[in-house]
Amino acid sequence: MILKEKDLMTIDEIKNVILEIIRDIDDEADFTNLDPSEALRDQLDLDSMDFLDIVMELRKRYQIQIPEADYPQLATLDSCVNYLLPRLEAA
Amino acid sequence: MPQLSEDQRIVITGVGLAAPNADNLKDYRNNLLAGKSGVGEIDLRYIGKVPAGICSFPETQYRKRKENKRGTRAGCLGVYVANEAINDAGLADFSLYEQKRTGVYIGLTEHGTVETENEIFNLSQFQYNTDFWSHHHNPRTVLNNPAGEITMSLGITGPHYSIGGACAAGNAALIQGAQMLKLGEVDMALAGGISESTGSFGIFASFKAEGALAVHKDPAKACRPFDMQRNGIVVSEGACLFVLERLDKALARNAKIYGELAGYAMNSDAKDFVLPYGPRQAECMQLALDRADMKPEDIHIINTHATGTRQGDIEECNAIRNLFKNNPHTYINNTKSIIGHAMGAAGVLELAGNLLAFEDNLVHPTINVDSLDPECALDNLVANEPKKLETVNTILNNSFGMVGINSVVIVKKMTST
Repeated sequence: MILKEKDLMTIDEIKNVILEIIRDIDDEADFTNLDPSEALRDQLDLDSMDFLDIVMELRKRYQIQIPEADYPQLATLDSCVNYLLPRLEAA
Repeated sequence: MPQLSEDQRIVITGVGLAAPNADNLKDYRNNLLAGKSGVGEIDLRYIGKVPAGICSFPETQYRKRKENKRGTRAGCLGVYVANEAINDAGLADFSLYEQKRTGVYIGLTEHGTVETENEIFNLSQFQYNTDFWSHHHNPRTVLNNPAGEITMSLGITGPHYSIGGACAAGNAALIQGAQMLKLGEVDMALAGGISESTGSFGIFASFKAEGALAVHKDPAKACRPFDMQRNGIVVSEGACLFVLERLDKALARNAKIYGELAGYAMNSDAKDFVLPYGPRQAECMQLALDRADMKPEDIHIINTHATGTRQGDIEECNAIRNLFKNNPHTYINNTKSIIGHAMGAAGVLELAGNLLAFEDNLVHPTINVDSLDPECALDNLVANEPKKLETVNTILNNSFGMVGINSVVIVKKMTST
């Protein structure tokens, strides 16, 4: 399927989706000083089960399967975007 | 039974609870004495509107919403009542009893039913593709879940596990906690029961299929043990944990002692999957009396298990009638009429509801007795209004369950050692 440009998710939209999912996991999460290049786990109260929540939510929303080997690529907000951008385009 | 040494006598020194009509012991007692029902109506998936008891309590007082969301409703209830109980006992800093010497024993009627129903419903939204089955299902449904969530909240590293005992489970866990203290396995026990059963349509539907689910246009009147118009069980959620410790240690620290666990017993009907059996219940009560070195006339309050089913109430009344006949000093009540049937929490919540009788000498009433069933017309049944006694020194607490499990606990007031 050829996506029109308006259908493609922007970098900011993907970031917002990730933050929205994290907010749903922990409504007290503080994003004020979040560094997009640093590990999310080091800045927020997230553990491995929370990352599985993120993976599951992406599966539910966008029908994308993220293999376990790729989980490290979801470590930072920036790496999430880099990893998800082509996959969400393809979704 | 010979007089036990103080390190073999087990006392209750803390109470934490969440009931459909209160989130602390004082309010709970006042509401029970006033006959203020905690039963309302819920609208549950597939089955629709049903009477049920739902607890209102500060769910984020002792842990974050994030953790409540990850865990189970039973865990949420458990964490609240465990923290309340240990605070009430004045033992929350673990300076006297270490965390590794503390045990958590939780009575459950069932566990995992709610979580499994929720997962299957979730899966139905994705054409039953199991890729969408939650990674949380295992930790939420292991049978030690509620006890384990409590240990994580309090940093308890001693033993934790669940006691599966149908609706006798709360008493069974209380007995287990006392036994572990007597054996020297732990120095402090958090013991009681938890029920999240109101989240399961299957539990309501199964009682309905058995003809044992209460219906009434006014939910507060749906649970009516001993009344001619009773038509079944009102399912409630709830939780109650007691802090148990050895008498010598409790006395040494000048602890407030709610009562001593003077006797207990469990036995089995060995007869039927669902129908209760009075003669075996009577044997269980007799065994508890023997262990407490008491006679029927020594008991001042019997808190009945009666759930509001036709046969169950009569079986228990017959058992009590046979054992406590010609006994003018024993009074009888029923807590379920006010809070519904809190399943695994029922035995301990009902005991907690009567514990303060040692201080106020009142027997809380059984409500909704408008037309007493002659077969349930026990002498000294306290109906609709509380009864003031000269003194209350002993409580016998019945708790029975499906597949023929019976439990009886006798608690006595601490007067002198």
